[in-house]
Amino acid sequence: MAALDTAVHTRQRGAGALTVLTWFVGLLFFFPVFWMVLTAFKHEADATTDPPKLFFTPTLEQFGNLFDAGAGPYFLNSLFATTVSTLLVIALAVPAAYALAIRPVKRTQDVLFFFISTKMLPVVAVIVPIYVIAGRIGALDNVWMLVVLYTAMNLPIAVWMMRSFLQEIPAEVLEAAQMDGATLRQTIVQVMLPMVAPGLAATALICVIFAWNEFFFAVNMTASQAATVPLFLVGFMTSEGLYWAQLSAAATLASLPVVLAGWVAQKQLVRGLSMGAIK
Amino acid sequence: MSTDTVTPGAAAPVRATPATSKAVARREGWRRRAPLLPALIFAIIATQIPFLVTVWYSLNSWNLVNPGSERFVGLSNYADVFTDRVFRQAAVNTVLITGGCVLIAMLLGIGVALLLDRRFLGRSVVRTLMITPFLVMPVASALIWQTSMLDPVFGIVNFVIGTVGFEPVDWASSYPLVAVIGALVWQWTPFMTLLVLAGLQSQGRDVLEAAQVDGAGALRTFRSITLPHLRRYIELGVLLGAIYVVNTFDQIYILTQGGPGTASTNLPFYIYQRAFLGFDIGQAAAMGVVVVIGTIVVATLALRLLFRTFSEER
Repeated sequence: MAALDTAVHTRQRGAGALTVLTWFVGLLFFFPVFWMVLTAFKHEADATTDPPKLFFTPTLEQFGNLFDAGAGPYFLNSLFATTVSTLLVIALAVPAAYALAIRPVKRTQDVLFFFISTKMLPVVAVIVPIYVIAGRIGALDNVWMLVVLYTAMNLPIAVWMMRSFLQEIPAEVLEAAQMDGATLRQTIVQVMLPMVAPGLAATALICVIFAWNEFFFAVNMTASQAATVPLFLVGFMTSEGLYWAQLSAAATLASLPVVLAGWVAQKQLVRGLSMGAIK
Repeated sequence: MSTDTVTPGAAAPVRATPATSKAVARREGWRRRAPLLPALIFAIIATQIPFLVTVWYSLNSWNLVNPGSERFVGLSNYADVFTDRVFRQAAVNTVLITGGCVLIAMLLGIGVALLLDRRFLGRSVVRTLMITPFLVMPVASALIWQTSMLDPVFGIVNFVIGTVGFEPVDWASSYPLVAVIGALVWQWTPFMTLLVLAGLQSQGRDVLEAAQVDGAGALRTFRSITLPHLRRYIELGVLLGAIYVVNTFDQIYILTQGGPGTASTNLPFYIYQRAFLGFDIGQAAAMGVVVVIGTIVVATLALRLLFRTFSEER
């Protein structure tokens, strides 16, 4: 009995140590984010000190300054490019996924292969002609150009994800709807869409994350009119002197939408990141 | 599932002539294909045509700074690319950064996933903290790493290693690849953790309990049961991670600008420099084509795996 007690104690202590370790690792990974948010509430004088300051008088000054620094248009461009491209992706991907999942066309595998292979095409392999062509048709520094590029960037992921969600709808349900005399449109709108609504939301979330955070196209295709949030942040690099607090406030505000969305939809995140392969 | 037995009434449908039935079949084929076409056409226009144009550009000598300098030069751009010392270094750096980041992030990811796959107080909170690095805008996190974390004078990392007696280090110029890989590992470990954790949680509890009943220790169970089960999740994570990390641009642009010199230049950054700072369209295009050919090998592997994963699910 005593031996058993000791064994239980040792196991409990082992479990406790593992829990402490897990918390430590989690906090360690979170630390740079914590520090970013913390610095955002500092006066510039408190942001660059040796040793770094953990305690200070907080201020909202930096967030206020952002809008004087002209953050507004950048956020509006990001919002526009992200929202419109995500809507376009969904509008294109849902019918395509339907054709691939519910009524498989000939060579379904080939089509899927094609979509995903476009995702594996390194961006640098297409950026040169896209830049040259956009220059010729006057689409440089135009937010619609970003909309088109982000749509192309996210389309394959969305097709794969939506296909995996649509495949989960039991065939009987669709047959039953058709037996009841529902037209194709009615079947899709009234039967399928409600069933895949969570999947649709997850797909949209993934598209929003990638579009909002995108930098490579934005830095090459835009200048002043269509520049997005990442470019606003990069603007801090060139300015002389250290404005870490200001930079941290901008970085916090820029990251906030996607971080919050990702936190809320953690479960769907895994499926999206694996393109629907992991459920 | 389809009915093989046909009711006598329906057994003799109106016999269509071969011509009409062919037309019907064709119309049906188009009806099935129609919803697919907008997405397919869009993807072809947005990705395939630019790539073909890249191939064409790569056969031309063309610098945007000299208008009218465009002329056909055949494969000479490719000859230049393969003799370009910086291109070779960029290729090596790309492999180092991709391989290093994916490998370290996966090992850490497995470790963290195992830690998270237990019941403990605040599990969902720790999970939430853990995935945050992946959600933060990469440009934002790269800037935070460059300033608050890795700055030689005011950076936290130097402050921490200073408390145990190390001299301050100028990470971005002394160890540029370490700085880049470090920031990338921080960003990608959550991705790997999530995939591996999903794998761990899809394990049958009964198998694990059976192993316990049979007297297998924790280590033995992990090696003989958990690891084989995790294999395809790990493969998936490595390949998807590699596809994204090969294209790394943000961190290099911000942390090191590819420097010092070309010490941390990877292929995307080098092609960007040649195209947008050197305006050498022909060379940049040729490099792009070479990168694509290199990627095809990895991509083929990744695709096979994705298809296998999907067919096993069903």
